[in-house]
Parts: sequence; structure tokens; C-alpha cells
Amino acid sequence: MDKNDGFMKALKCRECGREYPLAATHVCEFDFGPLEVVYDYDRARQTLTRAAIASRPQTMWRYRELLPIAREPTVGFQVGYTPLVKADRLARQLGIRELWIKNDTVNYPTLSFKDRVVSVALSRARELGFTTVACASTGNLANSVAANAAAVGLKAYVFIPADLEAGKIINSLVYGANVIGIKGHYDEVNRLCAEIAGKFGWAFVNVNMRPYYAEGSKSMGFEIIEQLGWRIPEHTVVCMASGSLLTKIHKSYQEFIKLGLVTETKYRVHGAQATGCSPISTAQKAGLDFFKPVKPNTIAKSLAIGTPADGFYALRVMKETNGTGEDVSDDEIREGIKLLAECEGIFAETAGGVTVGVAKKLIATGKIPANDSAVLCITGNGLKTLDAVATGAGRTREIRPSLREFEALLEVESKIIC
Amino acid sequence: MSAKIRIPTPLRKLTNNEEIVEVTADTVGGAIAELQTRFPGIKERLLDENGTVRRFVNVYVNEEDIRFLQNQQTPIKSGDEISIIPAIAGG
Repeated sequence: MDKNDGFMKALKCRECGREYPLAATHVCEFDFGPLEVVYDYDRARQTLTRAAIASRPQTMWRYRELLPIAREPTVGFQVGYTPLVKADRLARQLGIRELWIKNDTVNYPTLSFKDRVVSVALSRARELGFTTVACASTGNLANSVAANAAAVGLKAYVFIPADLEAGKIINSLVYGANVIGIKGHYDEVNRLCAEIAGKFGWAFVNVNMRPYYAEGSKSMGFEIIEQLGWRIPEHTVVCMASGSLLTKIHKSYQEFIKLGLVTETKYRVHGAQATGCSPISTAQKAGLDFFKPVKPNTIAKSLAIGTPADGFYALRVMKETNGTGEDVSDDEIREGIKLLAECEGIFAETAGGVTVGVAKKLIATGKIPANDSAVLCITGNGLKTLDAVATGAGRTREIRPSLREFEALLEVESKIIC
Repeated sequence: MSAKIRIPTPLRKLTNNEEIVEVTADTVGGAIAELQTRFPGIKERLLDENGTVRRFVNVYVNEEDIRFLQNQQTPIKSGDEISIIPAIAGG
């Protein structure tokens, strides 16, 4: 191992185990299997202790030894360590003893968990000498690449489905990124980007930088364990697009067990999808270890990936941890957003509505027993998908600036309520 | 007359760095067999031991995933474009 590679040892194919150098490459030449970073856990164990972690700044970089960069981070120093909120009111509403919200709606700087993966991918891209970064995105990733690239003067190209929510498009354009709208759904954007990535010498965060990028998601799981007082929650509910986040949450729990930072206890990881794009949860419910690709049709656009690259591994994690895959309709997604907002004061985007909606179903059916504890991973901010709830959020009542009119309004409404 | 196959970067070592290869086969499966004749070793990269397309390989005919068509029986004709693309994460 080259000591200049930090705590990383190599890239390794998840399918056949062949090893590759730590370059900007993402698939095994032999079987196209995804490459994953291998760490020197023996060395990481020497410095990554609870005491060391506690002494470091409250950002995702406090788990530096298990994040795939060779030197100190150069992008996104302040990312992560979002609040873990004890959600007592929502817990009562859903009928569970103990419930927590991992609130990445307030992640820095672009209000979604994608800032975790992007700060890793861009820090690594700079180590490898890239000056242009790019991504294929359903919106949140584009926002994060655009913002984080701007902050350090990298050139950015982001490719998105042309029909994304206006909020997500403006949230990429404002940073001066080159935003390319593709007339097609995300899977088509991705296919095009795979071809573009092969042609241009750019760091595509979710293509040739994927092995590094994906590891950034682990920080969400590390934080959950630490913020719970160094324990693993009995249940974790995670929304699934490509399925990557779910697999990395599981990996984060496994790594902390391996390093002796947390006691091994039984836990289940449950995967949440929108019914309009549910290849993984459908396969899980049918007991299959492979999925059938679908053409997405859901308001949860950030989860609208019909050919989920990590679908196989997400299914495996659910099987291994005895977790469940479940999906909810667009109406249940809206209801989930409202529930979280009204009970906890947290406004999540549609993906958050999916997670809450699925948690509600799993608790109601006993798949998450009422006496257990659960963490819901809420990954993005509701201000980005205002359109989705615009009609269901309620309405304002307008009056003239007159006390009499206000009293009359209250009187009328109290009569309606009674 | 022929269809064009775009060879992805990880496989170009096998095609002497050729990016586009023309084939005359009339199905996707036939095209893969034809590739194998010209570039020995390429088939086992694309298909597993049972002869099905590997799970991390996506094949498209004119931008449509063959899993929405007829998989390896999907017909191809002159002028069609076939892309072979590794699965990609993201969001």
C-alpha cells in the first residue's frame, strides 16, 4: 500500500474480487461489477476511537479514517452531523415506542444528503487532478455538485431530466453550473452520461468517481450510531433510488462493529420506494434476489430510477438483516410529508414522504413492532419540491387588515369545527 | 448494411480500441456471438455462465433497454445502434 493513499488500499470488484489501483474508475473490466474502496482497517482502528471522534469538529469528516480520500478534505469541510431528532409526536401518531428522524433536510450547503457524497467525490477528484466535475442527477445531486464545485472553483456540468421540479433546476443554475436538461427520464440521462464519461476527461461523481462518491453516504450511518449514544437502532428506514444509500448505511453499521466502536446488536434495514417506481421493493416482496427494471411514474422524482444500480445489493442487505421493502402511492407520499411537518416541524421533500409513508405501513402491519425503536433517514428538503404538495398543504384565508374581520373569521371557523 | 455497436471503455482493450463495431447479425444475441468471433473473450464479459446478460451490464437498442424489448432475441436491423453500458448509481 502506498502511504500516500491515506487509509485506502485499493479498489475491488464487488462481484469477482479483482483489485484495481485507486484511480477514477468504477467498473470491473472483467464482469462490469461495481468497484468498492478497500480500507486498511487495522490502521484505522488505531486512531478512530470514540475519544478521538468526540474531540473532532462536528462534521462528517470526524470519521475521516473510513472516508475515501488520501489527504485532508478540500471540499465541503462543514458537511454533515445533521440533527438526530427524537420524534415523540410522530412516534405517537404512528404507534411506535421510540422514533428518531435523521434530518438531512438541513445538511450543508444544499439541504440534502447528497452533500455528503459530493464533498467526498470532489475532494477525491481534486486529489486525482481533475478540474471539471459532472453528474447525472434527479436533482439533489445536481444541486450539490453545482454548489460545492462553485465553492472551490471547479467547472461543473450537471445532467438532469428536463422535466424536473423548477426548484431543483434553479438550485443548480444559480451556482453558475452548466445545466443540461435531457428530454428523457433519469435512466436515459444516466445512459447518456455513461457514454459522455467515457469520452471526456471529467470527474463524473456518480460514474467514474462512484467508488469514492458512494462511500460518503456511510457518514449518515456513523452519525446515527454516535448520536444515539453509541448504539445501533433496531430499525432503520431508508428510501431507495439506486439503493446505494441503504447499502452504505448497512456498511457503516458493520464498519463500526468491526472497529469495536459499537456493540453488535440485531438490526433491520428497511427500504422505501414510491409505488410508481418500485423495482426493488417489488422484488423484495416477491422474495426475489433480482429486480425487473421499470419506467418511473411518481411525484418522488428524486427516487425515480427504474434501473437501480445497487438494487441487487439493497435486496441482499434487506435479506441479511431481515428487513422489508415497501412502497407507497403518491397520495401516501403527500400524507407522509404532512405528517412529518405537522408532528415534528420538519419539511421534507417527496423522498421523505416516501420514507415516512413506508414507516407508517411497516409499523401498522407489525413489521416494525410497536415496542421497538426506529430511525427514519430523511434525505432532502421540502422547499425543493414545493409543487408536489402545493395543493395539499392547505390554503391561506384572506381578510382585510381589520380586527372585526379576523374575529368574524374565527367565529365562522369555530362553528365549522364544532 | 449493418448495425453499429458502441463499445464501452472497459471493453475497448479487446476491440483494439475500436469504439464502434459494425455487425450484420439480426438479433442482439447474434450480435454478441458475432463480436465474440471477431474479438475472442468479449462474450464472457457480457454474458454469465448460463448465457444470460450479466446483471451489471445494460444493453440498449436505439436507446431502449433490451429488458423492455425481447432481451437477446430483440431484432436488430441495418442502421440500428446498440449500446453496452455498465449500471450506474446516482440520484
